[in-house]
Amino acid sequence: MSSDYNFAYLDEQTKRMIRRALLKGVAIPGYQVPFASREMPMPYGWGTGGVQVTAACLLPEDTLKVIDQGADDTTNAVSIRKFFEKTASVSVTEETTEATVIQTRHRIPETPLTEGQILVYQVPIPEPLRFLEPRETETRKMHALEEYGLMHVKLYEDIARHGHIATAYAYPVKVEGRYVMDPSPIPKFDNPKMEMAGLQLFGAGREQRIYAVPPYTRVVSLDFEDHPFERGGAQQPCGLCAATDAYLDEVIMDDIGTRMFVCSDTDYCRERRDAGHVGEMGVPKAEDAA
Amino acid sequence: MYVAVKGGEAAIENAHSWLDEIRRGDTDVPELGIAQIRNQLALAVDRVMAEGSLYDPDLAALAIKQSRGDLIEAIFLIRAYRTTLPRFGASRPIKTENMACMRRISATFKDVPGGQVLGPTFDYTHRLLDFKLAAEGSAEPALKVPAQTDEVKPHITSFLNDEGLIQSEPQNDQTPPDLTREPLELPASRALRLQALTRGDEGFVLGMGYSTQRGYGRNHAFVGELRIGNVAVEVDIPELGFAVEIADIEITECETVNQFTGSKTEPPQFTRGYGLVFGQSERKAISMALVDRALRWKELGEDDTGAPAQDEEFVLYHCDNIQATGFVEHIKLPHYVDFQAELELVRKLRREANAAKEAAE
Repeated sequence: MSSDYNFAYLDEQTKRMIRRALLKGVAIPGYQVPFASREMPMPYGWGTGGVQVTAACLLPEDTLKVIDQGADDTTNAVSIRKFFEKTASVSVTEETTEATVIQTRHRIPETPLTEGQILVYQVPIPEPLRFLEPRETETRKMHALEEYGLMHVKLYEDIARHGHIATAYAYPVKVEGRYVMDPSPIPKFDNPKMEMAGLQLFGAGREQRIYAVPPYTRVVSLDFEDHPFERGGAQQPCGLCAATDAYLDEVIMDDIGTRMFVCSDTDYCRERRDAGHVGEMGVPKAEDAA
Repeated sequence: MYVAVKGGEAAIENAHSWLDEIRRGDTDVPELGIAQIRNQLALAVDRVMAEGSLYDPDLAALAIKQSRGDLIEAIFLIRAYRTTLPRFGASRPIKTENMACMRRISATFKDVPGGQVLGPTFDYTHRLLDFKLAAEGSAEPALKVPAQTDEVKPHITSFLNDEGLIQSEPQNDQTPPDLTREPLELPASRALRLQALTRGDEGFVLGMGYSTQRGYGRNHAFVGELRIGNVAVEVDIPELGFAVEIADIEITECETVNQFTGSKTEPPQFTRGYGLVFGQSERKAISMALVDRALRWKELGEDDTGAPAQDEEFVLYHCDNIQATGFVEHIKLPHYVDFQAELELVRKLRREANAAKEAAE
């Protein structure tokens, strides 16, 4: 498809600026690098940060996958994928293993990433301390001084009040023993996957920040010795593919409140069903095709 | 059997074509032309140019048509277009003292050199619906006002300056930073604050300005001068060795004169707030001047009273309506995964709270 815009929409000057920020981010894992985020032809909050990072990373030979809530076919994932098909003419895929660049909102794919793959996160609020301290001028100081006491007090208060750390998603992590980082609003179930072979890049468009976790970097979910991090996760297998190791969405089936639990990662679920796994509410693959 | 919802792509395409249809509306009604919008909804066009940070009335009119009259959506279209434009250079500072004024008023002096010109203002209209307009009656031709003279109308605050009664602005020839090309870092210079305010949301800046009048960072303002008119934009062309006029733009400028009894560092004198906006927007220009003045507390050695309008970080991070509307509206996007995580957490906490309650009974 021809396009009046530069490859991947952004001009080369802007891409260079973003790449410089990305390199700085990779060099200082978990540190939020300010960058001159551009106004994109989609609203702030829809993934403008992720889109700019993806645009700066894409090469014509790349294969792109875009997921939102783990699924390739949610409206915004479709829209972002179309955007790059149109402006960069790259090939696209729904298969995690085939993709060289994966842009995601709110999930890490279940299939482990391999070396050479890039995972780009869309980030709404990059500052893990923001809800404890609204001022950017203050939180930057706190990071500089490695002053994370406030965060530990918050976690401690959760335990004192509820017996648990009452954070279910966007659960804060410490990267390579230095910066406390917001992993974006992924469920804490995904946190342990962040120590991976792939390169993880985070883009926050409205807040004008980029940060990164290089491959094989230590990423520790904050906790206490006597209250270790709990990953949480499904209480039952996926209704379609019987997976017990995946993060599940709860779907309301009827007006008397029957529930069904299915993989949020649609590609993982499809792959398992293709391999012959059948959940309690699914049907064997051959029958499905008929 | 459960089948996961598919068809995001078809749904999006259908939504777009429905939107096109509903935008046009009843085809028995003549379609709006860009020229009609530009001429007859000129103040909407001005707002889109001001907050879109792009002076192009035709594009602004197109954006208004495309957005069905949703001005923030129109501003967004203009911003997204603007960011793709190459930059050839910077203009010389515009000279507002040379403005060809269609309106110029002062609330501080009854008469001033250059005179007061009321211009086409709503100020003294009685807000009665004019049903003649509904009947498509044409307006009565205005009494022809004397043509705009080329007479230079000096800034009214300069008369106070002659007496040393008003704080003089430090001269600075540094290239101002560009909010759209560098990430916002705090503390911001005044130039950067003014940039943010002039493209800031009219409603937000209005509310902030209003709050200063009601005591949240009060700064006792008078409109020293408000002027609307056209100014020339000049650009230095290195190959030619001189500046050429590339455009004539309409702007609104407001200078407030603010009472000030002095601080630890500054003597008693009048101080200033400044507002400058593309097109005709007195509301925005006056509000901007009030907020500008409130944000200058540090430089003038005033106390921080904790008022929102004095808080640079609060004002600058929240005045942009494109950022604000994006983030506010994004909560309508799918959040199943986060919600699922919260569901599990709340269920767990409830289970434990109930168990504790039963144990206590």
